[in-house]
Amino acid sequence: MLSNIGISLVVLIIILSFLIIYIAILDLKTSNQFIKKNIYKLSLFQITFTVLCFFTLIIGFINSDFSLINVYENSHTTKPFFYKIAGTWGNHEGSLLLWVNILVIFSYLFLIFNHSHDKKFRLYTLIFQNILILGFLFFLLLNSNPFNSIYPIPLEGLGLNPILQDPALAIHPPLLYVGFVGCSIYFSAAMASLISGYSGKLFAQSIKTWVKISWCFQTLGIIVGSIWAYYELGWGGFWFWDPVENASLLPWFAITALMHSLIVLEKRNALYYWVIILCLSTFILSVTGTFLVRSGILNSVHTFASDPSRGIYILLFLSLMIFSALTIFFKKYKKETYIFNLKSRETFILANNWFMVFFLLTVLIGILYPIFLDVLTNVKISVGPPFFNIVIIPLVVPLMFLMAIGPKFGWIKSQNKMFHKILLLILGAIIINLLIFYFFGKYSFLSNSIFIAAIFLILYSLLDIKKIFNNKNKMELPRIISHLSFGLLVFFIGINHQFSLEEDFNLKVGEIKKTNDYEINFEDIKIKENKNYKAVIGNFRLTNLKNNLAQYLEPEIRIYSNPETLTYEAAIKTKITSDLYLTMSNVSRSDYYNIKFQKKPFMIWIWISALMITLGGFMQLTLKKNED
Amino acid sequence: MKKKFIFFIFYFLFLVPLNSNDNKTELLEIYKNLRCLVCQGQSIADSNSDFAATVKLVVQDQIKEGKTKDEVYTFLISKYGEWIVYQPTFSKGNLLLWIMPYFIFIVGGLIIFLIIRKSKSIKAN
Amino acid sequence: MKINILKIIIFSFVIFSLSVFWLGLKIDNNYDTKSLIGSKISNFQLTEINNNNQHISNEYLKKNKYTLINFFASWCAPCRAEHRYLLSLSSKNKKIKIIGINFKDKKINANNFLKELGNPYDFVGQDTDGKISISFGIYGIPESILVNNELTVIKKIIGPIDQTQFDDVLKIIQ
Repeated sequence: MLSNIGISLVVLIIILSFLIIYIAILDLKTSNQFIKKNIYKLSLFQITFTVLCFFTLIIGFINSDFSLINVYENSHTTKPFFYKIAGTWGNHEGSLLLWVNILVIFSYLFLIFNHSHDKKFRLYTLIFQNILILGFLFFLLLNSNPFNSIYPIPLEGLGLNPILQDPALAIHPPLLYVGFVGCSIYFSAAMASLISGYSGKLFAQSIKTWVKISWCFQTLGIIVGSIWAYYELGWGGFWFWDPVENASLLPWFAITALMHSLIVLEKRNALYYWVIILCLSTFILSVTGTFLVRSGILNSVHTFASDPSRGIYILLFLSLMIFSALTIFFKKYKKETYIFNLKSRETFILANNWFMVFFLLTVLIGILYPIFLDVLTNVKISVGPPFFNIVIIPLVVPLMFLMAIGPKFGWIKSQNKMFHKILLLILGAIIINLLIFYFFGKYSFLSNSIFIAAIFLILYSLLDIKKIFNNKNKMELPRIISHLSFGLLVFFIGINHQFSLEEDFNLKVGEIKKTNDYEINFEDIKIKENKNYKAVIGNFRLTNLKNNLAQYLEPEIRIYSNPETLTYEAAIKTKITSDLYLTMSNVSRSDYYNIKFQKKPFMIWIWISALMITLGGFMQLTLKKNED
Repeated sequence: MKKKFIFFIFYFLFLVPLNSNDNKTELLEIYKNLRCLVCQGQSIADSNSDFAATVKLVVQDQIKEGKTKDEVYTFLISKYGEWIVYQPTFSKGNLLLWIMPYFIFIVGGLIIFLIIRKSKSIKAN
Repeated sequence: MKINILKIIIFSFVIFSLSVFWLGLKIDNNYDTKSLIGSKISNFQLTEINNNNQHISNEYLKKNKYTLINFFASWCAPCRAEHRYLLSLSSKNKKIKIIGINFKDKKINANNFLKELGNPYDFVGQDTDGKISISFGIYGIPESILVNNELTVIKKIIGPIDQTQFDDVLKIIQ
């Protein structure tokens, strides 16, 4: 029954989308200043049915309705309630339905919140957005339908993958999709802007809230994914430059560049075509990322189970999007001249874009090069963390300097008064850097530069905050917080990387391992039977040799029976100053256990800094509302 | 005054010696650069597989014998192909990979430089 | 003019990339070491599992036109499945010698395994910690390598030998 309801709703939404496009085209021709009331009504129906459709699927999961293949494959009667719901979007078909929902929701919101803008522009945006919606709906209906039914109805589901039952992993996709899919609206708006000619400052104002929203959620989604990876995957890292992670980073660089360029477009009515290119590229990158991740073309820890027909459809959709965007762009492109002073804020924003595009293209090249090489020469190579770290990290140094001083320049032209302040702060940063390394003893040219640049950015931002409290002008606060937090993030990642302790060794029960700083005593093993898994729990006593304090860590090996999987649960003790991290795995056919021990300084501050970057973004959203 | 400050900065940056590697961190660095062939996207350092354990033993032996990490990589590449190392080799085939990003960076900088220069000439007229 | 050149470059690049994606969908992206066919076996040293005084090295390979090096273990289920092909190869043919390398196993278990299923090997070596397998480019069990007297790898069989691969080997050694 649910299957019929679901499919009927999908068909209804398709019909509505066609109707909206048709009536919008008709309305374009009228000279009436206001958009026809019918279009609002149709959009309201569209969003209602779309959300209802999604709820239909959720109900299927909650009720463990195995007549739906999607529920059968991805759920189980014994799954906890919260994870049953999260299972809705934790699979390919369900997540596609979530994509459609976000496309429709953003379409509706853009329509009703942009009354003050040009009618033709709004109508064209609606038309393009609905074309995108139709594209996804057809994909869903014909290829990846979550409402396909199965008969006879199975008694029990297959989907009890324990790794997927985690709170962070449950909210990570929706957060990320608001970012990934939210940028569809300014893709459509950019196309609309080119065709209708509605450009410049007003165009910037129409999309800026949406750009900020998608930026905040994309950032938050990526952070939550990293937090999950750290706590759940058992290798103590949080970023692996894995293709799926990279796919989420590509739009992020574009949105960040866009967010900054929009400021220039709004304030100085310059960089219009560059902003359009960024708007078009962001959603194109999102769909490219989706293609790479879901088509099976890449080999990764995170890939969804793949199916070649999916890849073909997404590739087709991507091609159509790129070609239509390129065609319309080149048709409407007119030469612009900019007059930028070297010492002006516009130039520094250009510099930000320069770096963001560089990072973006580097990551893109890193992902695509092995594919191209394999297809063209049949040679398979791996491009992993060392490549990205070597190429990207050195350039974060100048980026941070620019982040500190850039915003201090005025629009159009600026004076030289800050130079002494800059040098004093650099000196302060160097001294702090030297103190760190004098007392804790590790050096390298690159790490020095990173720390100096990060500390410089931090100090500069703190001074800025002090200035704000003095003259009560809160406008700059969100930006300062985000920039400051970026400096803090780089700083803590640097400290973490330089001063981490890592050990990898084999131990039998009862044995002791001594390192320079710790004594690790493998006291015993106990076995615990849980509801759906058997846990082999290791009891480790860790003694800090410097202060003789001991604590216990209990990593686990979990043996699940349905489906038969093995997971390794790390024992993590998070404190303000550092995290202690211990994983245990058994060495086949032996009494030995392979132990990985890590001490990671200031780990929690990495998360805090990252979240504060997002906080700055959310503050920007709420602050601006008060201004308007 | 300005020049003295700049000199001061560079003096401090270059004064501090380069990274001193101790054996254990080098081993971990090698493990992290090697790809586990039987896993889906994990390094030898992170993997709990049998294959990873064996490779770790072989790497330990070779380092003890005094081989450098590049020699270890060359050895494993000769047995398993370039796929096993995460850092692409600096070979002719990978030249494009390593050069393109910096080339793009330079082009970007050039574009900005040209915009500024053109702005100056427009204002001068 | 400049714009037109740029247009052509961008469109060509996009068409090129999308075509590569299209082709990329068709190829198999699972990695195997078959590309190492044609490389040479480096020197090795194996001790007979039941006789500490008997050793072989590269020299042994040079004396035979073809040698099949098979990595196996008593605890490996697919090794049992492929064993009959090894027996068949050893009994049918004087043209090929078969070396068995017992991987991460106990001597007594290996001997029982061979007693139970038959011994196709002209020499059984031991690789207790698995390190020898790495010098042969092995990453799973069972795996077999066919070499000639010039120490060149002619064929790699990853996983248990099946009928098709058995026939291939027969064809090669004729």
